[in-house]
Amino acid sequence: MALVDRTASELLAELTALRATSVELTRAFLDQIERRDGQVRAFLRVDPAAALARAEEIDRRRAAGKPLGRLAGLPVAIKDVLCTQGEATTCGSRMLEHFRPPYDATVVQRLRAADAVLLGKTNMDEFAMGGSNENSAFFPTHNPWDLVRVPGGSSGGAAACVAARMAPLSIGSDTGGSIRCPAGLCGVSGLKPTYGRVSRYGLVAFASSLDQVGPLARTAEDLALLLEVLAGHDPLDSTSIDLPVPRYSETVRQPLVGLRLGLIREHFAAGLDGQVEAAVREAVAVYQSLGATVKWLSLPHSKYAVATYYVIAPCEASSNLARYDGVHYGYRTDERSMAAELDQERGRLQQAGDPSATAVGAPSATAVGAPSAAAVGAPSAAAVGAPLTTAAGARATPDDLDNPLVRMYRRTRAEGFGPEVKRRIMLGTYALSAGYYEAYYKKALQVRRLVRQDFDRAFAEVDLVAGPVTPTPAFKIGEKIDDPLSMYLFDLYTVSANLAGLAAASIPCGFTSGGLPIGLQLQAPPFHEERLLRGAHMFQQATDWHTRKPPLDQRQ
Amino acid sequence: MAISRAEVQKIALLGRLLLSDEEVSRMTAQLGDILGYMELLGEVDTTGIEPMAHALDVTNVLREDGVRPSLDREAALATAPHRDAECYLVPAVLGEV
Repeated sequence: MALVDRTASELLAELTALRATSVELTRAFLDQIERRDGQVRAFLRVDPAAALARAEEIDRRRAAGKPLGRLAGLPVAIKDVLCTQGEATTCGSRMLEHFRPPYDATVVQRLRAADAVLLGKTNMDEFAMGGSNENSAFFPTHNPWDLVRVPGGSSGGAAACVAARMAPLSIGSDTGGSIRCPAGLCGVSGLKPTYGRVSRYGLVAFASSLDQVGPLARTAEDLALLLEVLAGHDPLDSTSIDLPVPRYSETVRQPLVGLRLGLIREHFAAGLDGQVEAAVREAVAVYQSLGATVKWLSLPHSKYAVATYYVIAPCEASSNLARYDGVHYGYRTDERSMAAELDQERGRLQQAGDPSATAVGAPSATAVGAPSAAAVGAPSAAAVGAPLTTAAGARATPDDLDNPLVRMYRRTRAEGFGPEVKRRIMLGTYALSAGYYEAYYKKALQVRRLVRQDFDRAFAEVDLVAGPVTPTPAFKIGEKIDDPLSMYLFDLYTVSANLAGLAAASIPCGFTSGGLPIGLQLQAPPFHEERLLRGAHMFQQATDWHTRKPPLDQRQ
Repeated sequence: MAISRAEVQKIALLGRLLLSDEEVSRMTAQLGDILGYMELLGEVDTTGIEPMAHALDVTNVLREDGVRPSLDREAALATAPHRDAECYLVPAVLGEV
């Protein structure tokens, strides 16, 4: 079997037994990137020279009999949401296109300390907001199983690179399904750890009470290997939990005896694709054949999860993203054209306020505002200008004009953020604004507790909850781009785990008649990653869905 | 739940965004749709339910109050779009430019 078709655990055994070198396998994956990434576009940046140098160094240390880390010599891809010191970390955004963080994220540091070989940074929806990777400011990633379809998101590059055998392991992040959704749509395994299990230090923040870093790989065994390195307390993240990290990679092979599997009635209701439902039910039958008992349960608040999530996540995002102010780091608008724009607007407002002036400016602001956005490719900002009326409906005067600092913030953000990020900032700002806070934010936080209580009750009766990851298989690129609400509803099975703070995974459980992968979601109580991984592994021992390869080479 | 263009403009200012006319139109329609969907939450009786702002019930995580190394000024300023030797530079905050 070719090196790139082996799992990370198999590759590690090859390395340890000196049957392969890190340089050999790093080169094999780099070659695969070279061959396939022109089509898939999973990576934003790859640094072959640095990866090979690192592999060589690890091989040398191994040959000299020096102690080595847990992942010594294994290539790992990193989602571009994690800070890598001195190397670009864009978060899929123009705002951070040239940002080089002065420090490593804790998980990146842990990977380096474990002697992993960092291959490159993977593509993602801008600021991890999206479920299709179409919100990347740079280019969309394509699903390796069908290149006209989305890979899911926001960790689309992270999942696609594993599916296309361009990396054996990769790191993603999951705020509302961003690891599980692309894992499901790309036919790989992915795990969202319990909130607090893995440090968020150096993870570019989206929604701080929901974000969690986690592994993607081909098998549960590989997820266990990687999670063991990622997990653990970090004094730099006050929300990381000081609990011992189990030896996931050892316990993963123990099947769960007497497993009680829960199925949620609300997960098998209208909206679920027939082929997805059939594959999930088939997977449940596999568990039954392995001795599991199945119990149907209800999570009465699951129909509110999407609405709850899309209040809370944008509220947190609008607050977190306030830091992109064009001052400390990241993009800043061109100040010269900004000053010209303000001058023009002042002139126009003065003219409009002067009854003796003949031309009282058109009511539309389209003629105003220097087209300064060309440099960052944000055509939307070109038509911006101060309205002739204030938000309160009064006639605007020059006094209503933004001061230069405020206009600098606004132009910077108008030019640096894409449409979905702007939408979420708007939603969050609205829901947190005076008069709406109680109706939206506080209400959503209350429903969040009810969602959590539903799960607490469910987990009193079952060990794991099984169900679909997404309502349908991968959709076509462009299909939902103009309908944000339908895009949000695609997250209906995944957001609850983030709201409730559970551990959850997605593993391959079948294919549609058209050859698209289908994922099975498993959810476990907080800090029961061990159970989750063992449950996933026993399924993979009995099935071979996770070994299927996308038909990329045949298409070329 | 409909949201007006004027509200969208006001929220854009609060969120420090600048929207074109076309963006205001699109945003007004899309936010209207999304907020309409969120009306669903109104069905839920949340009387007496404590809001849950966080997944973990941990409070008062404190570190030892001591001097520790941090980024030096040059490293911090190195990422700034506009700076001098010691400070971040911003447009005039007060008065005329």
